Amino acid sequence: MIAAVLLPVAAFLFGIAIPLGWLQPDFGHLSAVITNPVTIILMIIGFIVLIVHSAHRLRYLLYDGLKIKRRTLVGALCYGGAVVASAIMIILVLMAAL
Amino acid sequence: MSVQTPGRSRPRAYRRPVSVWWWLRKPTYLLFVLRELSSIFIAWLVAFLVIMVFSVGRGADSYRGFMDWAGQAWVVVINVLAFAFAALHTVTWFLLTPKAMALRVRGRAVPARAVVTGEYVVLAIVTVLVLWLVLR
Repeated sequence: MIAAVLLPVAAFLFGIAIPLGWLQPDFGHLSAVITNPVTIILMIIGFIVLIVHSAHRLRYLLYDGLKIKRRTLVGALCYGGAVVASAIMIILVLMAAL
Repeated sequence: MSVQTPGRSRPRAYRRPVSVWWWLRKPTYLLFVLRELSSIFIAWLVAFLVIMVFSVGRGADSYRGFMDWAGQAWVVVINVLAFAFAALHTVTWFLLTPKAMALRVRGRAVPARAVVTGEYVVLAIVTVLVLWLVLR
């Protein structure tokens, strides 16, 4: 649900419109919004959900889609990867705020 | 008394082998796999956004450097694809929610169209809110 409602606008804004110069947010304002403690907490929660859900779906993509039938290995790689990615994400997001 | 027959394993249920290309057989299968494929692009978007947030935290120069990098053709192409997959993920999710969750208000089923419309309203509100927050 978080991915469904937030990612289209986030991808358009930060992945397409700003890099191509269609929109130019004021840096001081953007920085204030992004490093606000409320934003930081919501981002950490949101990103964890996105990472875990994405890994879960990737697991089934590998298992059913590509028919890689090493169930334990695929599961361990996907969920283990999600834990590692979440830890890295939390460190990077907190470093942005501090 | 059970007799172990040498060289024979326990009988197993027969499973018809399925081709690795099963998802090309029907448009609905293809759509399903494309939808699941969106998880890869969503993972990319998370990484992209986290690095963007990190660069903002390091100051204006770092942010400008990140946006210059993100302005390269190949990064924009990946992001356009990621946007398309995110949109596919959103639309297909909205289509399936009334099937996955049967909402009832005062004992009466909420019509599927009302649920889907409500979701698009939430999407519109969140989109406008994010644009307003960032561009104000």
